[in-house]
Amino acid sequence: MFVLETGLEVPVVAPESADGVLGLVWLVIALPLLGAAILLLGGRFTDKWGHWLGTAMPIGSFVVSLLMFLEIQGRDEEDRQVVKHLYDWIHVGGLRVDMDLLYDPLASLFLLLITGVGSLIHVYSIGYMEHDPRRRRFFGYLNLFVAAMLMLILSENYLGLFLGWEGVGLASYLLIGFWQHKHSAAQAAKKAFVINRVGDMGMATAIFLAFTLFGSTSFTVISARAGGASEAAMTAFGILLLVGACGKSAQVPLQAWLLDAMEGPTPVSALIHAATMVTAGVYLVVRSNFVFEYAPDAQTAVVVVAVVTILWGAAIGCAKDDIKKALAGSTMSQIGYMMLGAGLGTAGYAFAIFHLLTHGFFKANMFLGAGSVMHGMDDDVDMRHYGMLNKAMPVTFLTFAMGYLAIIGFPGFSGFWSKDKIIEVAIGQNLLVGACALVGAGVTAFYMTRLMLMTFFSEKRWQKDVHPHESPALMTVPLIVLAALSVLGGLLLAGNWIIHWLEPVVGPEEEHELPIPAIGITVITVLVVAVGVALAFALFQRQRVPDVAPTDVSFVTRAARNDLYGDAINEGLVVQPGRRLVAGLFVFDRSGADGAFMGGGAAVKALGGVLRKVQTGYVRSYALSVLVGVLVVAAAMLAVNL
Amino acid sequence: MDFIKPTIEYVELLPLFIVFGVAALGVVVEAFVARERRHVVQVSLAAAGVVGAFAATVVVGLDLDKTGSGRGLVGAEGSVVVDGPSVYLWGLILIFALGGVALFAERRLEAGVPAFAGQAAALPGSEGEREASTKGLAHTEVYPLVMFAVGGMMLFPASGDLLTMFVALEVLSLPLYLLCGLARRRRLLSQEAALKYFLLGAFSSGFFLYGVALVYGYAGSMSFGAIHTSVVNGSDNRTLLLLGIAMLSVGLLFKVGAVPFQAWTPDVYQGAPTAVTAFMSAATKIAAFGAILRLYYVAFGADRWDWQPMMWVIAILTMLVGAVLACVQTDVKRMLAYSSIAHTGFLLTGVLGVQAASELADSQITSLQAVLFYLTVYGFATVGAFAVVTLVRDANGEAPSFVRWTGLGKRSPVVAGVFSLFLLSMAGIPLTSGFIGKWAVFTVAMSSGAWPVVLVAIASSIIAVYFYVRYIRLMFFTDPDPDDEVASVTTPSLFTSVTIAVCAVVTVVLGVVPGPVLDLAAQVGDFIR
Repeated sequence: MFVLETGLEVPVVAPESADGVLGLVWLVIALPLLGAAILLLGGRFTDKWGHWLGTAMPIGSFVVSLLMFLEIQGRDEEDRQVVKHLYDWIHVGGLRVDMDLLYDPLASLFLLLITGVGSLIHVYSIGYMEHDPRRRRFFGYLNLFVAAMLMLILSENYLGLFLGWEGVGLASYLLIGFWQHKHSAAQAAKKAFVINRVGDMGMATAIFLAFTLFGSTSFTVISARAGGASEAAMTAFGILLLVGACGKSAQVPLQAWLLDAMEGPTPVSALIHAATMVTAGVYLVVRSNFVFEYAPDAQTAVVVVAVVTILWGAAIGCAKDDIKKALAGSTMSQIGYMMLGAGLGTAGYAFAIFHLLTHGFFKANMFLGAGSVMHGMDDDVDMRHYGMLNKAMPVTFLTFAMGYLAIIGFPGFSGFWSKDKIIEVAIGQNLLVGACALVGAGVTAFYMTRLMLMTFFSEKRWQKDVHPHESPALMTVPLIVLAALSVLGGLLLAGNWIIHWLEPVVGPEEEHELPIPAIGITVITVLVVAVGVALAFALFQRQRVPDVAPTDVSFVTRAARNDLYGDAINEGLVVQPGRRLVAGLFVFDRSGADGAFMGGGAAVKALGGVLRKVQTGYVRSYALSVLVGVLVVAAAMLAVNL
Repeated sequence: MDFIKPTIEYVELLPLFIVFGVAALGVVVEAFVARERRHVVQVSLAAAGVVGAFAATVVVGLDLDKTGSGRGLVGAEGSVVVDGPSVYLWGLILIFALGGVALFAERRLEAGVPAFAGQAAALPGSEGEREASTKGLAHTEVYPLVMFAVGGMMLFPASGDLLTMFVALEVLSLPLYLLCGLARRRRLLSQEAALKYFLLGAFSSGFFLYGVALVYGYAGSMSFGAIHTSVVNGSDNRTLLLLGIAMLSVGLLFKVGAVPFQAWTPDVYQGAPTAVTAFMSAATKIAAFGAILRLYYVAFGADRWDWQPMMWVIAILTMLVGAVLACVQTDVKRMLAYSSIAHTGFLLTGVLGVQAASELADSQITSLQAVLFYLTVYGFATVGAFAVVTLVRDANGEAPSFVRWTGLGKRSPVVAGVFSLFLLSMAGIPLTSGFIGKWAVFTVAMSSGAWPVVLVAIASSIIAVYFYVRYIRLMFFTDPDPDDEVASVTTPSLFTSVTIAVCAVVTVVLGVVPGPVLDLAAQVGDFIR
């Protein structure tokens, strides 16, 4: 361990070589990758049994992950980091990048989450996608996603992580746009892709910077040398990583794509946009703890982004009538909590991961529940058309209720333990940040209660010819498992297990002083949550909910319905200027450069008449541009010597 | 006056002799072999010549350690340099020459006739044209022409003085001008492209020649070694040198299609027969970048503080203009042309990463190595991509407009998949060779302090991803408008399919295990003077 002057200990990644069961770590990635290859290349031959194969692969990965987890359970704390060298990827001169897989306590938890929840969602999808003619392809993409996500988690260097990062981006793009016949789905896929490129630019630049600073992209090397770099350099590195994390995890200001991404099939929203991919940013920050520990300013930036996102997402969650979009707003906000935990340093890393896991359970549960509701309501997503579904869909209702109690932090449920801990740490470090987190918890309780009431209680507002019915067992069994996990997830904290488990990766938990005893904070949190619930109850159970959203609403509601004008901001700051630039260049290109030659086939017809003009006119203008070029080059050469 | 017999190193220069010999032989074949047999004879001769020259290149390369001063020699009285980089580039050019010959020989796509005009001089729609097509005439002169071009390309980066470089430039350019004008379909477009290329090429050659004169005025010699010595020793006439470098740059930057000398690229790439475009886009770029490297590193290496800023500007402009304009194209050949402009920018980024040996960290990747690797991966991806373009056809021959390609992934998943692979490699997606190539050039530029250029380069790669992925989307995820005519894939003969397959395999292999080729590029060592 490297000891800072402040007495802070930053753990160093120093893995041993993998042996025994741990040597099988490559299988975890290879199985779903193989599944994707067979399903996507196999064509129609695999239509009959493709979904079963696609489901078997992540289950296989889950079994391997479980075996490995049990194996390192039995080891000493310092032996729990292992690395598996697959092959030399790029070895040339000073540039050495290996295909190495790093398996440590942090990765072990993620592996279980991804393969476990992933397997359940695969099972659910068999039922959900039953009538889709392209079901095999859907499973192929899902497998591809799982493989890429595991690559992201297991890579031992930033470059391999980036490979997985791009892979999940691609899979997410394909899955959001899966129902490509819908224009909105295609648009949403494109939007997600474009916004993620901004984040990826941050990541790519960060990797270059890492290579320049440390001559390597390996976690092992960088964590060992991080203490030697200047704080300014580490801050730049941290901020660039944060930009990457914001893109993938839908944090403000790169949050706009997540709501639109709900156009994808619901299992996708559950797997990618709730439980796994969107948490990659949190993983990145926690994994790079050796960077952020040396860059306090970057940590502050993480906290600011997190707090803004908590409130931003919660505000959106309050105003949406589309059940999936309301859940998406809540996902943003909950990831904000994780980011907050990660930004608070050693005191918060473990709780960030803890909340990430419990959120993975209860949010996947609720998304799948929402999918089940939509399944029964003829794919209607408008909550104003729901109501009193608790009788029609008892299993869905009960499992959803477990997720609901978990997310609002009802005492005893998993979300209670994890969110409470983050709020506690936040209050310990900064009262203002803590207060914002507390307000967020209240708002969460409000909008989730609203969602719950509008869907399962109040009164029937069903459209004509809709006959809600319970979903088949293939869909309800995963719901029941996830509901159980949502209730019991808090056990991870029993005896501070998760804190000790992650200690080799993120360092020992830092003591923090609280203005009031911890139990007091818990009580306050529960009270705030109760206020939120009561308010929602008064507004949505006692009063009638109109079928059509009222339009004469306050400015605040209008803003929240419009995603707080996130799109308008993007439009004004980035899209319009970019479009104008391209348009300008295009006009220049058309008129100055290639005239009538755009668009091969059509041009040939027009060629006869136009040709003479073009031949004389345009070569001259080309020649003129060459001449201008000559002057530019000569001027540039001479200017340097003035 | 005594006449001194020049010494010619026949063994080391054998690859050049084979190529030029076969080219000359091809002209003789054209005169003496019966018309119906010419095609077979010419194709075999050209292929044998390229393979033979490649074998000779390998032998020369293996013996390089024992040649001259240990790392090659300056032969033919100082006019040709046989060293590591030359041999690597020769090998590369010859590989793509073989691919080019294979694509030229493809006759199945046009139902038994090649993609070249039956009688180039006949006007489209005239009596002569009809006669040529009923008789099934074909220009077999393309094979000697391409061999001359290959010879010029090999000489270009291996030249030891400015005059040889100029001669090589012309030898490689003139056959290409002709080849561009020989398309069987869309003849007027093709001829116009050829004429434009010729006029502008001649214009820029003029600047190159003027640069030669200016540099001679400064250094009093044509040879790169002597120019280097003068630059190191310094002289009062620096303006001569600077203007000379500027003029020489114009000629070379024109050939690689750097902004603002790129205007010809889209028109020529679009108008030329696609097989020629495939060959030209890969091989010309390789040869011209070889020449740029030699000129700037060997002759002007000591003066790099003067030319690097200019190169910064050109690289930034080239990347941005190429990437942005590629986004608004609606014709696949034009899109690939603009993408090739963007790649020129990335390569220039690698070129300006040059550092003195003393500034390099131990065993750090050199800019020469990075550029050579990038040229290799770019060559395979671009030849493969253009080869795929020749397959996608409708009733009027090749169908390069975007509308025709809509939904191709559903009709021919394999071809569309392979094309996507080439596009992804050009976009630099990890696990394809393009990613490693970009990584290499960015790293060298970064370590020489050109971080602003690298930032622009990253930004342009991101813009570039947009149009590559848009195209993949068009092929796989868009359903064609029922009113639009769509193109389908014609099954080619083995010539084209093997070329595409090899390019695809290399693109993947170099992405997953780039080590051997990177090592090879490292082993070529450095230029010698």
